[in-house]
Amino acid sequence: MSGAVATADKPRAVSDIGSAGKFLFWAGVVLLCAWVLVPIYLLAVNTLSSPQQVTAFPKTGVPSFDMGSIQFFLSFEGVLKALWNSVLVAVLTMILSIAIGAPAGYALSRFEFPGKATFRMLVLMTRAFPLPLLALPIAVMFIRIGLDDTPIGLALVHTTLAIPFAVLITFSIFSGIPLELEEAAWTLGCNRLQAFHKVVLPLVLPGITASAIFAFTISWNEVFAASVLTVQNRTLTAFLLQSLSVSPLHLRFAGGAALVIPALIFIFAVRKYMFAMWGIANR
Amino acid sequence: MAEILIKGVAKSFGSFTALHSIDLTIADQEFMVLLGASGCGKTTLLRIIAGLESPTQGEVWIGGKRVDQLPPRERGIAMVFQNYAVFPHLTVYENIAFGLRMKKLPQAEVDTRVKRTAELMHIEQLLKRYSGQLSGGQRQRVAVARALAMEPDVILMDEPLSNLDALLRLEMRAELKGVLANSKTTTIYVTHDQVEAMSLADRISVMNGGHIVQAASPVEVYRNPAARFVGSFIGNPPMNFLPATRNGDGRYHVAGIALDGPSQGGAKLEFAIRPEDLTIAAGGLKATARVIEPLGAHTLVTSEVDGKLFRAVLDSDLKVAPGDELSLVPKPDRVRWFDLETSKAVN
Repeated sequence: MSGAVATADKPRAVSDIGSAGKFLFWAGVVLLCAWVLVPIYLLAVNTLSSPQQVTAFPKTGVPSFDMGSIQFFLSFEGVLKALWNSVLVAVLTMILSIAIGAPAGYALSRFEFPGKATFRMLVLMTRAFPLPLLALPIAVMFIRIGLDDTPIGLALVHTTLAIPFAVLITFSIFSGIPLELEEAAWTLGCNRLQAFHKVVLPLVLPGITASAIFAFTISWNEVFAASVLTVQNRTLTAFLLQSLSVSPLHLRFAGGAALVIPALIFIFAVRKYMFAMWGIANR
Repeated sequence: MAEILIKGVAKSFGSFTALHSIDLTIADQEFMVLLGASGCGKTTLLRIIAGLESPTQGEVWIGGKRVDQLPPRERGIAMVFQNYAVFPHLTVYENIAFGLRMKKLPQAEVDTRVKRTAELMHIEQLLKRYSGQLSGGQRQRVAVARALAMEPDVILMDEPLSNLDALLRLEMRAELKGVLANSKTTTIYVTHDQVEAMSLADRISVMNGGHIVQAASPVEVYRNPAARFVGSFIGNPPMNFLPATRNGDGRYHVAGIALDGPSQGGAKLEFAIRPEDLTIAAGGLKATARVIEPLGAHTLVTSEVDGKLFRAVLDSDLKVAPGDELSLVPKPDRVRWFDLETSKAVN
């Protein structure tokens, strides 16, 4: 084979893609960022503007930092109670999903047992059933056993939503701790529980916390089950869904922001563990 | 006293048999090396002794106590792992103190032992550091110090030097030998590196395919391999082998020359000689030199005898070129014979 043929056939390096390629790349980046950021930006601007500015035209695009909308929203009948319910349900979800998910993640990463692959599959399969399909039977069942309209009842449903993530995240975190560390602890006088407590736990705690916060946000954002399963004790999402459709525009923006901002902050705080969930060591 | 007795220990993983009924006795304060290629079962045997793996059958006794059903913490052992297993969330001091705190020793005693072992391993200036701030060699030292601080009856080491670079390995090897000789513990050391095995061991157990092929002193293993595998595995370059046939006169014919063979042997045997046990003289094996490698002290000559690969370590003064015909005479007292069927040594 001649040298000329060999060079002509060489694939081009990623670094010397042409200007058209570069344009496509950056256009893609801008588009994706805009897809996520523009709605959040509009939400923030309108929340921080006075009611008159929200409905006025043309828009300035700059918030006037008028707290009127937020103040009105917070003093709105039932908002604080709904906020409290949301927090309560989310905290319960967080505790339950870690209490159940973390041991499952540990078992998946440390033990070989028959049906392990099937079990992993089943954990993911729980997400295959749309909630609307399950909501009605669950509501009927909850009413029968008296769990309807209670924070714990809703937290149970949210826990089933959060568990696949809790299991997957903790599985990947536990897998990142070399078994040798535990074995070393065993040879140094620990039983299995002590080794877990003294060696594994301190190393996985940040990841477990992240997983817990993720469960919290799943519950915090969930609206369907919350709307179906609660009547008096509505969470913030269900409450807003019910009352905001009949509220003025500026109030809707304030409610939307109240929902989005905490979730956004939490997810941002634990973002690197979200990558870990998919096995990407991107720090 | 911590004599280790291994009686008929076998281990299977599903249909794969990692260990076939191992019997081994390791004397108190002995330095025993388990040597073999990867997958021969040496690490599995070590882990069974440590209690990190349970044997499918057989018994393990340490210091007169049967331990094969006990968890690692009740066996009086300490272990050094291949990847060091230094706890990343603890300082060097707390790493070394870890086992002592589990034993609930008073703080003064913990402090004394940590300081002493740290000094022994030359890491006293690193006590406040974390694992992430240490080099591989320093982590290795911490792992050994942590094991020594336990003052165990038995120290188990799983390829502790294999992750270090060549120079550091040499340095640590000599240091380990000194430290462990003074600590008066029984040591079992797993390695695939024969030089490491030869230099450290009181006795070497050569393992192959889940069996212990030979357990003897380094020199014995080198000079009198109990099986063909040992001869071909130990020594660099390894032993040379040639087929031998007994003649009517009771002598064995090897590649055209007649040699006195074992009286017990069958009609067909395998002749074996170490490359350095050959001299150039008349009436020897006819060899055609192929590759000449001058190594300074010696010259390694790779040649062909009867169409078979044959290596000789010769004096470096010797002038030899590829294609030369050599006559290589084996030293009579260094010739070994192996049975063709069983691969065992025949005397």
